[in-house]
Amino acid sequence: MNKEQKEQYLRDYGTLKSQGKPFFPYAVAKDSAMAIVVMAVIIAMSIVLGAELGPKADPTSTTYTPRPEWYFFFLFELLRVIKPPALVPLATIGVPTICLILLFLLPFYDRGPERRPERRPIATTAGIFVVCAIGYLTYLGAAAGPPTQIDIPVPANVSSQGPEAVANFEAGSQVVAQSGCAACHKFGENGNSGPGPSLTKIGARLPAQAIQRTLLNPSAPMPSFSALSEESPTQFAQMVGFLAALK
Amino acid sequence: MAKIKLPATPSNPLSSPKRPGKKYGPSGVMGHAGEAGVTAVDWIDERTSLSGGLRWAMFRKVPKGTNWFYTLGSATMFAFLSQAVTGVFLAMYYDPSATRAYESIQYINNDVFLGEFVHGMHRWGSSVMVILIFLHMGRTFFFGAYKYPRELNWVIGVALLVMTMTMSFSGYLLPFDQRSYWATIVGVNINGTGPLVGPYLSEFLRAGPYFGATTLSRFYAIHMLMVPGAIAALMGFHLYLVAKLGTTAPPWIKAKPPEELREEKVTVDP
Ligand code: HEM
Repeated sequence: MNKEQKEQYLRDYGTLKSQGKPFFPYAVAKDSAMAIVVMAVIIAMSIVLGAELGPKADPTSTTYTPRPEWYFFFLFELLRVIKPPALVPLATIGVPTICLILLFLLPFYDRGPERRPERRPIATTAGIFVVCAIGYLTYLGAAAGPPTQIDIPVPANVSSQGPEAVANFEAGSQVVAQSGCAACHKFGENGNSGPGPSLTKIGARLPAQAIQRTLLNPSAPMPSFSALSEESPTQFAQMVGFLAALK
Repeated sequence: MAKIKLPATPSNPLSSPKRPGKKYGPSGVMGHAGEAGVTAVDWIDERTSLSGGLRWAMFRKVPKGTNWFYTLGSATMFAFLSQAVTGVFLAMYYDPSATRAYESIQYINNDVFLGEFVHGMHRWGSSVMVILIFLHMGRTFFFGAYKYPRELNWVIGVALLVMTMTMSFSGYLLPFDQRSYWATIVGVNINGTGPLVGPYLSEFLRAGPYFGATTLSRFYAIHMLMVPGAIAALMGFHLYLVAKLGTTAPPWIKAKPPEELREEKVTVDP
């Protein structure tokens, strides 16, 4: 907006304002009605949905699903949409940071005098696109569900080693499933494809030693399983064994 | 909106002056008691001059065409106030230590009178506040309300949005159940992948390289002192600017100068 347009705006606004009504009681009445609605919704949600607690936090436990509050789903889903590992830092922080900077600076690059949405096609389209994108990603995040199930047939090289190997393999599959790995990794038909890489054939790519190192010392955002290895070495060994057998 | 009916003008606005020798003002104990409220307000106003500011904020005009979309900002503020009040009640029983946090929330839920109700209001109130803040931001975006002269109010608004999201992130850990614990670990790790400040931010949040005993009290301090204080301060500034600049009129409302001015313009222009 140049100087003339600014003055024009202030003049028009002054006219509209002088023809308006006082904030008290007109706007205050509407705001109060809205406040009552907000309060009623919060109270109703509290009564209907309650405030249940899950099981107590346990750093060594293996039955968790790392799911954020629903309004962070869209950020979390962004991690899954952007697949190549090299781009993951971009997804985790790059895209949100850029979006945030764009949001902060909006008034400084959108300086046109026009305010009607139908006459600001770029801004309005961009706004609708962002709303749809956030809505869609939130839906994806909600639909993903808590992934705690992994059905992978016992590979031939394991079953040929006898029943003990098979039992170990299945126990490891249990530990992995309950550890929520499938929230971020794919295992055959199960799990989510991202942010982590697919683990369907991880044993072919990494030896057991390397898998163990990664579990103890993962790169973010994956949580470390060092607590599990200290508290319950058998379960940890089963986990490593299971992953190493996926070929 | 319907106009409020003006009170009828008194039939005799100029009451005759008191006769000389008669005292002005109320008389008798009851008369003075009746004036007590006015006297107290006058006493405060004489020392603070607050009434001017109050009149300025409350009796400013709101432009023609202001509609229900304009209540979203104050609804957000109201949700925040609800969070503040319910949060104070939770803080009376909550214990931010890794060994006691879960039990103290359990105690709130099971033993405190209306405890689960207040806890539920706080938990779901956060969702309501996030929804309202996004709706309010959408309203100001699609109405072009961030343009001159309200740019600064938009910037403050985005800061409020970030801090509101920080509130929900830091509050999520506090119940210290499995869900909140592991979600927060992953969340902090995601922070750590950020460029430059990422790793430092994660260390700051965890209060060290690992999730430890002090992490929870750090989250608690962030959640109930640091961020809400900043939100309250910025909200005050946001509202000051709203009162100072006035709220926008809906963009499709055209300014029509009053008749007198238009006629004048016709005669002045050649
Ligand atoms: C804690 C959160 C917030 C509170 C309590 C709040 C409160 C308010 C209130 C009461 C108004 C008056 C008009 C109305 O209600 O629409 C307002 C106006 C405004 N807000 Fe907010 N707001 C918040 C967050 C935001 C955010 C996130 C943004 C944008 C990024 C924003 C941008 C604006 C702008 C640009 C105006 C001027 C609108 C106009 O004059 O029409 N606010 N805010």
